[in-house]
Amino acid sequence: MAQGQDGAALLRADALSLERGGRELFCGLSFTVRPGQLLQIEGPNGAGKTSLLRILAGLSRYGFGGRVHRQAPQLYLGHHPAVKALLTPRENLAWHVAGEGGHSDARIEAALEQVGLYGYEDVPSMTLSAGQHRRVNLARLYLSSAPLWLLDEPFTAIDKAGVAQLEQLLENHVQGGGAVILTSHQALQLTRLVEFIHLDAGLVA
Amino acid sequence: MSPASRPPATSAFCLTLVRRQLTLAVRRPVDIGNPLLFFAMVVALFPLGLGPAPDKLADFAPGILWIIALLSSLLSSDTVFRSDFEDGSLEQLLLAPQPLYLSVLAYILAHWLITGALLALVSPLFAVMINLPSAAIPALVCALALGTAVLSLVGGIGAALTVGLKRGGMLISLLILPFYMPVLIFGSAAVRQAALGAPAAPYLAILGAMLCLAIALAPLAIAAGLRISVDA
Repeated sequence: MAQGQDGAALLRADALSLERGGRELFCGLSFTVRPGQLLQIEGPNGAGKTSLLRILAGLSRYGFGGRVHRQAPQLYLGHHPAVKALLTPRENLAWHVAGEGGHSDARIEAALEQVGLYGYEDVPSMTLSAGQHRRVNLARLYLSSAPLWLLDEPFTAIDKAGVAQLEQLLENHVQGGGAVILTSHQALQLTRLVEFIHLDAGLVA
Repeated sequence: MSPASRPPATSAFCLTLVRRQLTLAVRRPVDIGNPLLFFAMVVALFPLGLGPAPDKLADFAPGILWIIALLSSLLSSDTVFRSDFEDGSLEQLLLAPQPLYLSVLAYILAHWLITGALLALVSPLFAVMINLPSAAIPALVCALALGTAVLSLVGGIGAALTVGLKRGGMLISLLILPFYMPVLIFGSAAVRQAALGAPAAPYLAILGAMLCLAIALAPLAIAAGLRISVDA
């Protein structure tokens, strides 16, 4: 899987360590993410999967050891869908606070159609279900041009067909020269591509 | 991995944020109406408490109007970042490539437009209710417009620091009320001077200077507070 040289790395983590409540969650965690990689962070509940992802994204700035070098734009999707109930899905994407913006109406419509929200573009988001909120958020994957995706439990509240479609999207992204780091308790169907970071046992590539 | 749409320029992004916040506010008109209703109710309490003597009310009017403006600004300041924190938008804002200083300023501007600026515009109505001399009304509107902008910026610091707490309401008051005092002093002084027929401009100039200082420094504190709140 070692594609490209070190200069092409999208993200490099050096000796990350994290302690929460007097317990060491992980230490000495070093890895490099290059285009074409799909990394799944594994571990039991409380192992620090979300914390690790937040450190990689840059949301956690204190309380951890080591360094993260970010060498490419990232797209981080967290636990919360960041969808405003008072805005329509179209407005949620067009005015998104992540600052990626500048998407044309046609592209937003296409993205919403991809995630199965055709016909829901202009209804207030509060009439949508939790799964549909997640889908509005996932539509950002179709709009984003960031090469590195950090996804925290992207399959939560998504139905079976949606999961298959999302896995296809991840595969396309990785094959198109992007990279994905995700946490999930589900086993992905794309096992031939996935590498794992086991949080209770350090890095097993 | 679609044909790249470049991140919008910072100015365009900030305008989008203002538009987004204003749209959100307009779709929940209660949030706009409540501070104004609060203002009207409390103004109506004073003639009941102090007695309806017009002269006495006119004496106290500048101070009364300013203190109520302070409290109504305090009530609404808690809401600036709260819903964005709860639905995860705030994380995304912190990760945006645009400078947080300016995006925060956009949030505060939108907040001021729907609270302070609106309050300043309707304040002549309340001023008449407690018999403020009509000569002082232009000074009242100007002082409130400048002063509430400072209050929104300072209140934003408290909101940013307490947004991670379940019940930040009381704490936010204790944190930021001391910083409201200079605004109260010069704001009410401006109105009192105008009521006496003296020029209010020097006091308004000091309020303007406070506003400049707050615009320069408060966004730094708000941005740092948000990063801490999201981190914790």
